Amino acid sequence: MADRPAPLEYNRTWPMRLWLGGVFFFLYAPLIALMAFSFNDSKRTIVWRGFTFDHYKKLFNNNELMLAFANSLTIAFITTLISVVLGALAAVMLWRFRFRFKGAIEGALALPIVVPEICMGVAMLVFFARVMPWPNDLIWPFSLGAIIIAHVSFCFPFVTMVVRARLASFNKEQEEAARDLGASDWEAFRDVLLPHMKPALIAGALLSFTLSLDDFVITFFTSGPNTVTFPVKVYSMVRFSVTPEVNAASTMLIVLTVVLMALMMLGQRKSTTAK
Amino acid sequence: MDVMSEKSAKSLVKPIISFRNVVKKFGSMVAVDNVSLDIEPGEFFALLGPSGCGKTTLLRMLAGFEVPTDGQVLIDGQDMGATSPNQRPVNMVFQSYAVFPHMTVAKNVGYGLKIDGVPAQDIETRVQEALELVQLGHLAGRMPDQLSGGQRQRVALARALIKKPKVLLLDEPLSALDAKLREAMRFELSQLQQKVGITFIMVTHDQDEALAIASRIAVMHKGGISQLGTPSDLYEFPASRFVADFIGSVNMFEGTLLKDEPDEALIGCPELAPHAIHLPHSAPGNVNAPVWVAIRPEKMNLHKNSDEPPPVRDCPAAHNVCKGVIKEISYLGDTSIFHVQLANGRLVRVSRPNRSRYDQDNYGWGETVWVSWSGSSPVVLLS
Amino acid sequence: MLNRDGQSRSTFWATVLPPTLWVAVFFLVPLGIVWLYSFGQNEGLTGISLTGTFANYVRAFDPLYLQIFAKSIFVAGLTTLLCLIIGFPVALAIVFADEKSRTWLLMLVMLPFWTNLLIRTYALIAVLRTEGFANFTLEWLWNNASGVMTFAGLAPLGDFQPLQLLYNNFAVVVGLVYVHLPFMVLPLYAALDRLDKSLMEASLDLGAGHLRTLFSIVVPLAMPGIVSGVIITFVPALGAYLTPDLLGGPDSQMIANVIERQFKRANDWPFGAALSFLLMYATFIAIAMRSYLTRGKAVDAHGI
Repeated sequence: MADRPAPLEYNRTWPMRLWLGGVFFFLYAPLIALMAFSFNDSKRTIVWRGFTFDHYKKLFNNNELMLAFANSLTIAFITTLISVVLGALAAVMLWRFRFRFKGAIEGALALPIVVPEICMGVAMLVFFARVMPWPNDLIWPFSLGAIIIAHVSFCFPFVTMVVRARLASFNKEQEEAARDLGASDWEAFRDVLLPHMKPALIAGALLSFTLSLDDFVITFFTSGPNTVTFPVKVYSMVRFSVTPEVNAASTMLIVLTVVLMALMMLGQRKSTTAK
Repeated sequence: MDVMSEKSAKSLVKPIISFRNVVKKFGSMVAVDNVSLDIEPGEFFALLGPSGCGKTTLLRMLAGFEVPTDGQVLIDGQDMGATSPNQRPVNMVFQSYAVFPHMTVAKNVGYGLKIDGVPAQDIETRVQEALELVQLGHLAGRMPDQLSGGQRQRVALARALIKKPKVLLLDEPLSALDAKLREAMRFELSQLQQKVGITFIMVTHDQDEALAIASRIAVMHKGGISQLGTPSDLYEFPASRFVADFIGSVNMFEGTLLKDEPDEALIGCPELAPHAIHLPHSAPGNVNAPVWVAIRPEKMNLHKNSDEPPPVRDCPAAHNVCKGVIKEISYLGDTSIFHVQLANGRLVRVSRPNRSRYDQDNYGWGETVWVSWSGSSPVVLLS
Repeated sequence: MLNRDGQSRSTFWATVLPPTLWVAVFFLVPLGIVWLYSFGQNEGLTGISLTGTFANYVRAFDPLYLQIFAKSIFVAGLTTLLCLIIGFPVALAIVFADEKSRTWLLMLVMLPFWTNLLIRTYALIAVLRTEGFANFTLEWLWNNASGVMTFAGLAPLGDFQPLQLLYNNFAVVVGLVYVHLPFMVLPLYAALDRLDKSLMEASLDLGAGHLRTLFSIVVPLAMPGIVSGVIITFVPALGAYLTPDLLGGPDSQMIANVIERQFKRANDWPFGAALSFLLMYATFIAIAMRSYLTRGKAVDAHGI
């Protein structure tokens, strides 16, 4: 009811509202326009000519683009599976054990997060060209192996980061209690530590799924002619022209992202209310 | 006559703070519900109440950090409606002290003067004066993280007082200190107030603190003021069960007013005693209507068991006494508190000063005793 | 066999080996090879001999490449500055919003961060190109203004000339700001959220205005967060590849584009490797600066 904002309620003052409005317009207007014009009944202009699903129909008939889309989802899925396992193991290792070279391993695990994408991309290019050439003639999805390996390398350290933060809040006495009551290493891990890690594992999985789906630069350097991912395909299309088909494909990916994010928020809310 | 003239003289003094029908809502929650209150210059005023009673909101409206939903806040006769916190002639000592961690003690204390554009030399002398006032003159160059909690509080005090505010606001000033220091600071705060002579308004949930320091107290409950008065007024003449219970400890019984004459009142209170409670003065309320009787533990006496009830001064025989068994004794050093169980199962608390070093064992566990109280001890309450 | 943490040896190895081996084989080895190549030279069409030469690094200091380095740093710096100016009020508003709107505002900031980088860049192309939304809006304004002037009896403005908003340095900076804004807002938010609000209230109470409070209380206390935000924005902006590639013109090349060219079109791997490592060193220096500038300060923002 108070008509005047209190001194520190900055977001209720009009210059601040204007600023916020401007920033969010800047962030969202291009994306919303992109999505809106995927339904526009016109090929070139930016003028609204009526609603249509034509571009989506064309998109589903565009085998190359659909294959790229399927490749991206497959890569993201497999990458996530491997990253969660590796990331969780690394987090437990750094949290539980003290050993020589731990500092060095910790640093090495943080590197993929900070190294510029382009550097990692060229490193992968060189690696798969000279050290471990990935056979060209493998059947799908094994043909995607090189890309998956590259993706896991930059995704799993992020999972480690998330899981480690979660482990910091674990009360070690719980695990000791389980051991005291007769559980083996593995049983104590499965029954006590794993349930505690679960929210972080889910968050880490969604994080690595999006990171993998999002990646262009590193994939660009590892993909071959037969292993095109969605971002790489869109990149080659965008270089030539702006077409509504790309709008339609982008819209689908944005919707997928929003759904994933909503799932993550829901999961987080559940885990916080459960506390 | 005397009392009357004093009262009218008081009302001639222009209040330094006036709340007029102030309402503050946060969403649908009413934090302050139609409060009107005048505070006079030179008072050490305390807003006392349990958490969530609206006392802090009231103080923050004075400082300007909250905007009233309705009503007026006046400082020295001026409506503070649209005045922002930095332009109000009041300063605040925050609960966390809010000492700026990146500035030295001297910089903290001089901050307000620097903003007012006071020349550097003047700032230096006045900072030194203010620090002497709170006995921190030797710590001017320290950083806040090198200070103890009590010292940080003094910095906050000096920082607010240096601006020579018309009113100093203190939000739970002693709550972050440990028990011993708190006791010492109570005394120091009232000394300080007398020295600087400006109005202090303090928010606290600690009734001991309010009784010890304040010259006048407003007891707040559910967003409104339950009672306003001096510490002894509130303790000896509480106006409601809430105030009686919140300030000090009290035995509370339900009863019925049986007789109400100018020089005698009788209250039937079977919960406490078989015979009606006798008062040597009139009581509030209507005859045959329910009332509450409140008696403080230190205003009740213990007597050894005997066949005849002990005589009570100014009272007809067998009135204002009851019989029970001691179920529990809490020895507190200066006093002992006896929990006496009456025949109907009710517990009555009686406190007794330990005046001699040898008589603490006079009454023992399980002993049957008489409990008595004089006719002037009970307070009769209607709400 | 138990080690001193009371765990059996097999558990230890089962936990340590997989992630360590993965990061060694599929991350450190590739980087190491690039590092070795940076001291090599081309031989024939595909061969590279590791001669231990520093020629590639010397060549990187050729004015042509120095200029690209300088330009990359300038563009990344400008991007960071703009993100800071745009993002600070946003972070402040989120911190002081009530619980419910805070969740929403945070989500609104995060969402673009999760959206595919290529899609966001593509969306900007649609806005900035000659027949894009920006020019469309400008044309509409221009024509209306022209109409008003005719109405007022003045000479109408000439025909609208669409602005060249795309394929230049302007577009690159806009794109980088667009992409990196969340990188700035989130650390700023974290730092401001830790700040004890009563410190700001105390400053207002002592007579300072909002701007004064901002610069003498909030900014110094939020400095660790500001430094974090600046570095976290600067590092990826410096190594940006996609944005200058798609939004920039021929003169908007940044260092990542030059590296890509060495590996793909120019096929000069040793030189590209040297440039990669120079970029990595620059990144490491920035990150080291961050830990140096924020050491031991994160605690203080709590207001003791």
